[in-house]
Amino acid sequence: MSATSATHDHHDDHDHHGPEKGIKRWIFATNHKDIGTMYLLFSLAMFMIGGAMAMIIRLELFQPGLQFIDPGFYNSMVTMHALIMVFGAVMPATVGLANWMIPLMVGAPDMALPRMNNWSFWLLPVAFTILLSTLFMPGGAPAAGWTMYPPIVLQTGAAFPFMVLSVHVMGISSIMGAINIIVTVLNMRTPGMNMLKMPLFVWTWLITAYLLILAIPVLAGAVTMLLTDQYAATSFFNAAGGGDPVMFQHIFWFFGHPEVYIMILPAFGIVSEIIPTFARKKLFGYSSMVYATASIAFLSFVVWAHHMFTVGMPLAGELFFMFSTMMIAVPTGVKVFNWLATMWRGSMTFETPMLFALAFVFLFTIGGFSGVMLAITPVDFQYHDTYFVVAHFHYVLVPGAVFAIMAGVYYWLPKWTGNVLNERLGKWHFWVAAISINVTFFPQHFLGLAGMPRRIPDYAVQFTDFNMLSSIGAFVFGLSNLMFIYNIWVNARGGEPATDRVWDGARGLEWTVPSPAPYHSFETPPEMPDLDDETEWEESRFAD
Amino acid sequence: MRMNRTARLSGALCALLSAPSALADMELNMPRGVTPITNEVYDLHMLVFWICVGIGVVVFGAMFYSVFAHTKKKNPTPATFSHSTTAEVIWTTIPIIILVVMAVPAAKTLVKIEDSGNPDMTIKVTGYQWRWHYNYLEEGVEFFSALDAASNEARQLESGINPATVDNYLLDVDKAVVVPVDTKVRLLVTANDVIHAWWVPELSGKRDAIPGFVNEMWFKASETGVYRGQCAELCGYDHGFMPIVVKVVDEVDYVAWLGDQGVENPSRFARKINAGAEKNAGLTQDAAPAVTGQGDAR
Repeated sequence: MSATSATHDHHDDHDHHGPEKGIKRWIFATNHKDIGTMYLLFSLAMFMIGGAMAMIIRLELFQPGLQFIDPGFYNSMVTMHALIMVFGAVMPATVGLANWMIPLMVGAPDMALPRMNNWSFWLLPVAFTILLSTLFMPGGAPAAGWTMYPPIVLQTGAAFPFMVLSVHVMGISSIMGAINIIVTVLNMRTPGMNMLKMPLFVWTWLITAYLLILAIPVLAGAVTMLLTDQYAATSFFNAAGGGDPVMFQHIFWFFGHPEVYIMILPAFGIVSEIIPTFARKKLFGYSSMVYATASIAFLSFVVWAHHMFTVGMPLAGELFFMFSTMMIAVPTGVKVFNWLATMWRGSMTFETPMLFALAFVFLFTIGGFSGVMLAITPVDFQYHDTYFVVAHFHYVLVPGAVFAIMAGVYYWLPKWTGNVLNERLGKWHFWVAAISINVTFFPQHFLGLAGMPRRIPDYAVQFTDFNMLSSIGAFVFGLSNLMFIYNIWVNARGGEPATDRVWDGARGLEWTVPSPAPYHSFETPPEMPDLDDETEWEESRFAD
Repeated sequence: MRMNRTARLSGALCALLSAPSALADMELNMPRGVTPITNEVYDLHMLVFWICVGIGVVVFGAMFYSVFAHTKKKNPTPATFSHSTTAEVIWTTIPIIILVVMAVPAAKTLVKIEDSGNPDMTIKVTGYQWRWHYNYLEEGVEFFSALDAASNEARQLESGINPATVDNYLLDVDKAVVVPVDTKVRLLVTANDVIHAWWVPELSGKRDAIPGFVNEMWFKASETGVYRGQCAELCGYDHGFMPIVVKVVDEVDYVAWLGDQGVENPSRFARKINAGAEKNAGLTQDAAPAVTGQGDAR
């Protein structure tokens, strides 16, 4: 294989329409589809690794007492599970979808900066090799939580500088990915597609990319200060030297809260593409969706301290962050109502992507309700750092962000592979995943309210029943992901050829190209069809 | 037929919910607690909860109605509307009003929580990896409080001891904090090494114990009893094993306990022994724990 690629002379190759042969296609990839595919496969691999860690956590929590692992390793699992899922699974998955779909959606041949695209992907395996290697280091993997609060994080063993380095590398990758998306969206749209004609997925990603550029450097600053506190005798976060450990929390969450929306805004975009398709009805309130997304993004920078209500802020601070946090419910509500209004009096069918999208709307909203409850500062003093919080953020991230990503994968998979989806397998996956995820996370609300703190490897016996239930749900959900992988594998191998439009209610430029999409999406900028007009839509589709 | 099935189903559901044995261990909600503040917080929690349930019923009701009624089969021609300023104004305004309804009582309660002035007594609480240190600043009593021996033995990896056989597994300490009932107890919370958080759900919300900084919190328990909590901020290896136990006792027992701690003339700390005498008399039948010997060593 490598011999073949070595003899392959690029300069004599006049046919630039196909991919390189062999491994070079992937290592030197500049094609947005190849890079998108690598992002998605990488994310899937990380999802399974992070998921395996979740299984270890749920196994230990299946009953009280310590049966399998010691508390130190438990803390490492909690920390690594979060870092891998946030930075390795959810973020790369949405970047992968952006890579694949944005050029197709805006009528561009590729991303604007293909070489940087390559670099931003290939930094990820580097970052996660570094991070995962800490599992084998003296003192174990980082165990201070993904929030890396000092002083506890400074007690990390040999893994400490590697954790900081890997966060830096992930951050550089994210920033380059974000720059690429911004440049592509702002410069490569086909003539006639003005900003307010962009598909909502493109809009949400544009806003997400700005969030990344604003938030990630803050994280980089925070971990660098940790590094100098540890090795260069600075005292940013050390009270004995005039610093303040709480300052780290302020800096971290100034990154951390926008990070939450970095994970969920692309999910909003995906769902806003899918629901109109299967309701056979135009997205309701397009411009209010755009404004709501922008408001959420703005608010995400002024609510950070609601993650740290218990640090002992001044009353005025607590009131401010309570009110600003509650405000987020308004634009988020607008989005949910708009999705409902899109469905209303539509002509719905429930293929797999639609099922995942509807589950997203339903279960994300439940996560939103617990979010409103958590915003109420005096009550948060009770909820804070309990399983209620664990239930809340898993509801918005798993049946929230992850379900939306799965919906997106099922929705666009026929466009990627050229094969119609196996609905039977998809529906099996959906129902097993949707039921088991609720069995996993719903009881955790009760555990938290009854007083079970989070990040503990062992618990008082009155919490046994719900923990067992939660573990059983988690094991089933873990296995359901094998169905997801199997389904993708079956689809990639073959099947009934998909039409260009794939789903009969789909609209947008990506559905005007053949399935599978050609290697270079649009070599000349396409005519922008009037997507509101079904007749014109049909004509534009057959025009090429 | 359909009605019949629904009736049977709801009957079964009622039976399940009313079966005390099935749900004895499955606590579903937050405890009300034993202080005026925890009661207020509980009411606030329930207010917000029911508002969310109400919104959920409306939103999910509309969603499921749509899912069943607006299918391709039943509605082959989709409507074409995609905008309605009226609807959008309504569903932006109503949530704002609902938020104000929640924000006002929340702010009031928050102001009360943050008022730790005029305490009757002050205890300095210091978090250590992995135990608590208590210092009664005026009384001059101080001691460490760590996980009790029985729990500690059972919680070792593969100990072979069934935690269910240990009383108050992971929620018991070798020496509990003892405070008098109906007394405003101010806690000055700090830490010696890393950040911890002091939390006894039935007495108050939690507050972080931060090395180099002193946080304030307070509670005024109106019922005697034993209240248990845990450290609520990840603090390392044994974070899960540094419980908190507070015994709220009447003033007579409190004074006796102080005497047992070697405090000379402990009755000078019985601030309310006269003023509260009638109230305490009423409380004697309560199961106030007998506080004897070495601070009720357990």
